[in-house]
Amino acid sequence: MNSSSTSNDGDFSPAADQNTLKPKSLTRRSFLGVLLGFGTVVVGAALSVPLIRFVLHPLLTKTTEIGWSDVGNINEFSSLTAPVKKLIRVQQLDAWRKIVSEKPIYVLPMKDGLPRILSPICPHLGCSVPWNEAKQEFLCPCHGAVFAEDGARVSGPAPRAMDELESKVENGMVKVRYQYFRQLIPNKEVLS
Amino acid sequence: MAMADPDKPQEKATSAGGPWQRLYNWLDVRTGIGSLLHEALDEPIPGGARWAYVFGSVLLFLFISQTITGICLALYYVPSADSAHTTVAYIVKQVTGGSFLRSVHAYGSSAVVIVLLLHLTQTYLYGAYKGRRELLWISGCVLFALMLAMAFTGYLLPWDQKAYFATTVGTNMAADVPLIGSWLKRFMRGGNEMGTLTLSRFFVAHVFVLPAILIAFIATHVYLFRKAGAAGPPSEDPVRPRLPTQRFYPRQVVMDTIVALLMILVLALLSHFSPTELGPKANPADTQYVPRPEWYYLPIFQWLKYWQGRYAVIGIVVVPALTAVLLVCVPFIDRRLERRPWRRPIAVGVFLFILICFVVMGLMSMRDDQRDPSIAKQVARQHEETEQFMGEPFEPAPAISSLAAANVALADPLAAAGKKIYEDQSCSACHGENGIGTNAGPKLTGAAAQKSPEELSNVLRHPTAKMTAGEMPPVDVRDEDLKALVAYIKSLK
Repeated sequence: MNSSSTSNDGDFSPAADQNTLKPKSLTRRSFLGVLLGFGTVVVGAALSVPLIRFVLHPLLTKTTEIGWSDVGNINEFSSLTAPVKKLIRVQQLDAWRKIVSEKPIYVLPMKDGLPRILSPICPHLGCSVPWNEAKQEFLCPCHGAVFAEDGARVSGPAPRAMDELESKVENGMVKVRYQYFRQLIPNKEVLS
Repeated sequence: MAMADPDKPQEKATSAGGPWQRLYNWLDVRTGIGSLLHEALDEPIPGGARWAYVFGSVLLFLFISQTITGICLALYYVPSADSAHTTVAYIVKQVTGGSFLRSVHAYGSSAVVIVLLLHLTQTYLYGAYKGRRELLWISGCVLFALMLAMAFTGYLLPWDQKAYFATTVGTNMAADVPLIGSWLKRFMRGGNEMGTLTLSRFFVAHVFVLPAILIAFIATHVYLFRKAGAAGPPSEDPVRPRLPTQRFYPRQVVMDTIVALLMILVLALLSHFSPTELGPKANPADTQYVPRPEWYYLPIFQWLKYWQGRYAVIGIVVVPALTAVLLVCVPFIDRRLERRPWRRPIAVGVFLFILICFVVMGLMSMRDDQRDPSIAKQVARQHEETEQFMGEPFEPAPAISSLAAANVALADPLAAAGKKIYEDQSCSACHGENGIGTNAGPKLTGAAAQKSPEELSNVLRHPTAKMTAGEMPPVDVRDEDLKALVAYIKSLK
């Protein structure tokens, strides 16, 4: 076959093709080309929709949201007179992985029938703050920040009071949403 | 085949046209895209375009589809015995469009086998392997084998019951190969038993090794096809074509495209309305499971039933090997240039005989299963278990490093008591939850646990100067509490 750039499309071409362009068949060839190109783009676009949705799945759904953890029965805390430390189980989802960790929290004596829950993490530099039974205050062992029984800042380097965690009561069960907060700033700000 | 006139592009570049024409000319001068397109699209087909010639292009299209869906699936897949099943369940039950995409990939593999058989049958009946096309035919046979290997290796990856037991049988068959059989089986499995190494090996073969070889052979196959030229209809002379020719583009391209589009449509509809299911996770302890291979392996599966004991090697190795050799050697055995099937009764007869044997044995395999009540019952039960698993919501797998592992360490009651003291004494304030360490204090896991209990008790009671400088106070608890605390620190891994 020795045809260079001549176009003869669907018609049978004799072996020795001439290099004369036939406008009519050229039109047909390019029309089909445009049709095929257009069809390919349309079908390709339709096919790529499920592919793109599949690839972007982690961006389109919330997978790292922290759920509610059980703290204990509300009756357990109804007669508290001082903060009490509890260990809760925090469950996080990392795609198909379930990460369970244990976190300490402080349950404060109830006010208006609702318990308040504090994160023990010092808003100064992140040490874990224990409740000092003798002194009746929270005393950070790292740099001496002192907080009152309700978590309010008393003295020391902490820029704000201890952080309260979001809590609720559901069917008599106290639940808490465990979160981390940015340190060294006067306002409480959630770390994502 | 014609080469484009080298002066042509320059000429075109100077002649101004529309903006697209000028862009094309600009590209053409720099890349020679014009002659490439000419080479690709103006392939002469003796006797003109036919529907019978579409299968090769459709296979290429399916290969691209398998590649794209396969790459997408690999985004969420982890090839280990612990994670494989969970991640596939995650794809199927959680990921947007995951079930659909996995189904397109799984049905796509069946489609590849079907179109391969059609391509092979068309080429064989048309005698298109004749006339200096031996290497073209052999490269096609290699592609056939590679595709079957892709299907075999991909089948294991979901690590469900079906995958696990079918592959157990498949790899057991390798053991019947003379001399190297048991070595071959251990090589495939990565040991004597099926396990996580088997999965790694199959994954690497399916995703890295086989695709690389496939691409090389596809390129070879297409190149050799273009070198030999399209064979045309059976009446055509395979060496010196006489019939008037028609170019590949547009008519054959349109036919190929239409069939490829139909293929997409069928795969999409099947995947949407009847998605591929995932069974429960592989349980090697299950002795009841009746493994059945994918439909295209059923004839071989049935064939193997007839060969047992000392002659098994004939059925499992010799006959299939001879059939394969026969297939590869066809262009060397059937050397006449006669292509019309009705003038080649022996060649066509043998081919049809083997084809019919395959179909009959596949059907017999299905009939055997239906007739045996115990097997039929077990297969029905397995189907039920699969349905049940598919109906359950996705269950995330506990991460190994999480609490479950920590709790195991606390099986010792003394260490558990120590953990309480650790919390009460606010050791965790500086040394972190479970002794993982914080900014304020070093971690206690690992290095600290290497000290003897006596040494640990001693430094806890009397911290070193370095520890005191880091604000570590002496631990002031009763002796038995200190013992518990030491036991807890020792348990931190």
